[in-house]
Amino acid sequence: MKRMKLVMVGNGMAGVRTLEELLKLSPDLYDITVFGAEPHANYNRILLSPVLAGEMTIKDIMLNDLDWYQDNNIKLHLNKKVVKIDRKARKVIAEDGIEEEYDRLLLATGSNPFMLPIPGKDLRGVLSYRDIQDTDAMIEASKKYKHAVVIGGGLLGLEAANGLKLRGMNVTVVHLMDWLMERQLDKTAADMLQKSLEQKGLQFLLKTQTAEIVGKGGRVTGVKFKDGREITADLVVMAIGIRPNTALAESAGLYCNRGIVVNDTMQTYDPRIYAVGECVAHRGISYGLVAPLFEMGKVCANHLAEFGIGRYTGSVTSTKLKVTGIDLFSAGDFTPAEDREEIVLHDAVGGVYKRLVVKDNKILGGVLYGDTTDGAWYFQLLRDGQNIAEIRDHLLFGQTHLGNSGHQGQSNAAQMPDTMEVCGCNGVCKGTITKAIKEKGLFSLDEVRKHTKASSSCGSCTGLVEQILASTVGGAYQAADSNCKPMCGCTDHTHEEVRKAIKENKLLSIPQVMQFMEWHTPNGCANCRPALNYYVTCAWPKEAQDDPQSRFINERAHANIQKDGTFSVVPRMWGGVTTPDELRRIANVADKYQIPMVKVTGGQRIDLLGVKKEDLPGVWKDLDMPSGHAYGKSIRTVKTCVGSEFCRFGTQNSTQMGIDLEKMLFNMYSPHKVKLAVSGCPRNCAESGIKDVGVIGVDSGWEIYVGGNGGIKTEVAQFLCKVATHDEVMEYSAAFLQLYREEARYLDRTVHWIARVGMDYVKKQVVEDAANRKALHERLLFTLSGEKDPWKERIEKSERTREFESIALA
Amino acid sequence: MDGWKKICRVEDIPRLGARVVRREGGDIAVFRNADDEVFALDDKCPHKGGPLSQGIVHGKHVTCPLHAWKICLGDGNAVAPDEGCTKRYAVKIKDEDVLLQI
Repeated sequence: MKRMKLVMVGNGMAGVRTLEELLKLSPDLYDITVFGAEPHANYNRILLSPVLAGEMTIKDIMLNDLDWYQDNNIKLHLNKKVVKIDRKARKVIAEDGIEEEYDRLLLATGSNPFMLPIPGKDLRGVLSYRDIQDTDAMIEASKKYKHAVVIGGGLLGLEAANGLKLRGMNVTVVHLMDWLMERQLDKTAADMLQKSLEQKGLQFLLKTQTAEIVGKGGRVTGVKFKDGREITADLVVMAIGIRPNTALAESAGLYCNRGIVVNDTMQTYDPRIYAVGECVAHRGISYGLVAPLFEMGKVCANHLAEFGIGRYTGSVTSTKLKVTGIDLFSAGDFTPAEDREEIVLHDAVGGVYKRLVVKDNKILGGVLYGDTTDGAWYFQLLRDGQNIAEIRDHLLFGQTHLGNSGHQGQSNAAQMPDTMEVCGCNGVCKGTITKAIKEKGLFSLDEVRKHTKASSSCGSCTGLVEQILASTVGGAYQAADSNCKPMCGCTDHTHEEVRKAIKENKLLSIPQVMQFMEWHTPNGCANCRPALNYYVTCAWPKEAQDDPQSRFINERAHANIQKDGTFSVVPRMWGGVTTPDELRRIANVADKYQIPMVKVTGGQRIDLLGVKKEDLPGVWKDLDMPSGHAYGKSIRTVKTCVGSEFCRFGTQNSTQMGIDLEKMLFNMYSPHKVKLAVSGCPRNCAESGIKDVGVIGVDSGWEIYVGGNGGIKTEVAQFLCKVATHDEVMEYSAAFLQLYREEARYLDRTVHWIARVGMDYVKKQVVEDAANRKALHERLLFTLSGEKDPWKERIEKSERTREFESIALA
Repeated sequence: MDGWKKICRVEDIPRLGARVVRREGGDIAVFRNADDEVFALDDKCPHKGGPLSQGIVHGKHVTCPLHAWKICLGDGNAVAPDEGCTKRYAVKIKDEDVLLQI
């Protein structure tokens, strides 16, 4: 098949990123040609400031070298400016007359620095700050001259000023507005910033308008202001903003409105022509930060690859100033208003300022100065629209304060040594992660997980990995927005959308869901199939078809797979209570099947480890005990203390309560495992405080706690309510668990789900609304009614034992 | 019929599932996908030797039950960025019989 021709104009970060994404999806679809106006291959423009400051070299900031283009068969025209697009003949023409034909054209022409239209702007020594050439010119000037003036007190201007100061110049920053970085900072933070920059030796002229740049013999000598003042300058850097570079597109008759206007698939008004990056106007907005540009690239590549999936719908952005020694972060909208509240922490002496703007318990925006460790976290909360009511009183103290294991004592990722272990599950050190990020050009958490395995197992180090990402790639880091994230690569739909469709359209099987929701893959993947299987069976009990092939092996085999391929068997002991007979049978089974290890579990059960798969039905039969479901996303155990029957402190019969709860919940499948505990008095010997549902007997009744977790990250359960009777404990616990079953995402533990929806919501549904509570309780009882012990079923029904039989080779 | 051995009927392998053929020198996993194609691989993940037969089959891939590596059923290669390969065996269907070449 003849390949199509793809021509890209512009060789910057957004464009090349689009090509990388395209090559991942469809490496053979196009013959690719790239025009770049600069003499360099693709480099990381964001890191020009560290280069100017002498902290990095040009070599450090190259993203794709010439070999990359060669390896991917990309024809590269460097130092060639495209001057014309002939849309009729479908070709582009460069300054020197070179022509290239295209089937698809990708415009990534970036932006131009805006230059003040004032007298003297063309004098030698007047520069913009945009590319390697500008940076080199500044470095050269700093060797020969003394006085620099930077016009513009925004992000770029301050980074330029800082760099020039470090190179030994006297630097004055001229800014028109009342305070620095007025678009990203409030006055307080800006004042603190100005103060610390002044301590570094920079000078500032605020509320000052430049009138003229004066010179002698064609070279700049000074700057004159509207108010008549004049200062000496032998280098002037204008950093007052950028304008999308639309000249080429406009000359070709493409519709532009400030930027090249594109739709949500990054297509311009000419369907053969796409555009990405700073040159575009998407829904009226042009972006100058790199993260949105990468999102655009991803969408554009998908459409260029003719997959036709995905839309770019705009971005919320955050800013970080790259001046060494100054930590500053801002995101979202932080202007005060009547219906907005502010949470502020201000330590002028310590140099820390944190301000979050909150509306309806959701973060709208924030400014951090001095301590930006939690910037990524706040930004995540902002993007997810997470309810912060629960954590608001210690929100400003940061995530560390919330006891995330990935943050404790190591919250400053940048200062961690390379040899420090980050991911304890997979043994990944910080150095391995930063190396992979730099060498493989990774920008997202998912990419780091794929390449290094860090944070891909238990996930407790996710926060730390995100911090390392943020500190390694700087502003290019894009925190994932978990609220609109599709379930997996097989679909564009979120968990919530899929669950809603299953309920509203009565979808009863996985193939039905996949057809209805237009899955991209024929039969999903190992991530979405178990989730879908759970969603249909949860929404339509007794009607939906359970699909064993879409269950993880543990749930299919009703035992836990071990590292050597053998299984472990945990028989159920209601409430942790057993009998001499049961113990004798367990001992006999252990002997008969030569079970290598017998161990007591943390949930008050006995575990038989190292059972061969084909022995499982025999083991179950001989045990003659119900399945303990120690293998499932399901009810695991109800742990109990001895309670009032024996204990001299016991106030309630916790053992019986536990047995009754466990019998009610037998066979309950859920988004993730569910553990309960019942203690007979506040001494809490059954550890109810770290269970999904923890019940504590008190003299006047029972207290119910929910959302606790003893695993990866210890979470103390939160108080749900206090009830008087045994039946109420059953009803409230069941209602809570059914709400969790119906609304949480697959693989969410109760704590994660509550963190998202808020404890207030849970209380409303379960405690305050009695009718709803009863309905939830009913639905759970209906779901579980008539369900049989899975072990017994597999012993009795021969077609179900096939799973356990191997084929012998004759 | 050189080296081709009948091991079972197609229907003996669950769709999107696998069966294990016991053999001296290591088990072989025989998979069946949604299109009723069959594949045979050493029942050992190139990562840490996990039993691939116990994994979830999707498309032309199986996900290992131990650490979720994705292995291509057709050629036994791990899907990038993971690297490794599991030995594959020729397998075919004739008159609903599954034949394995060893």
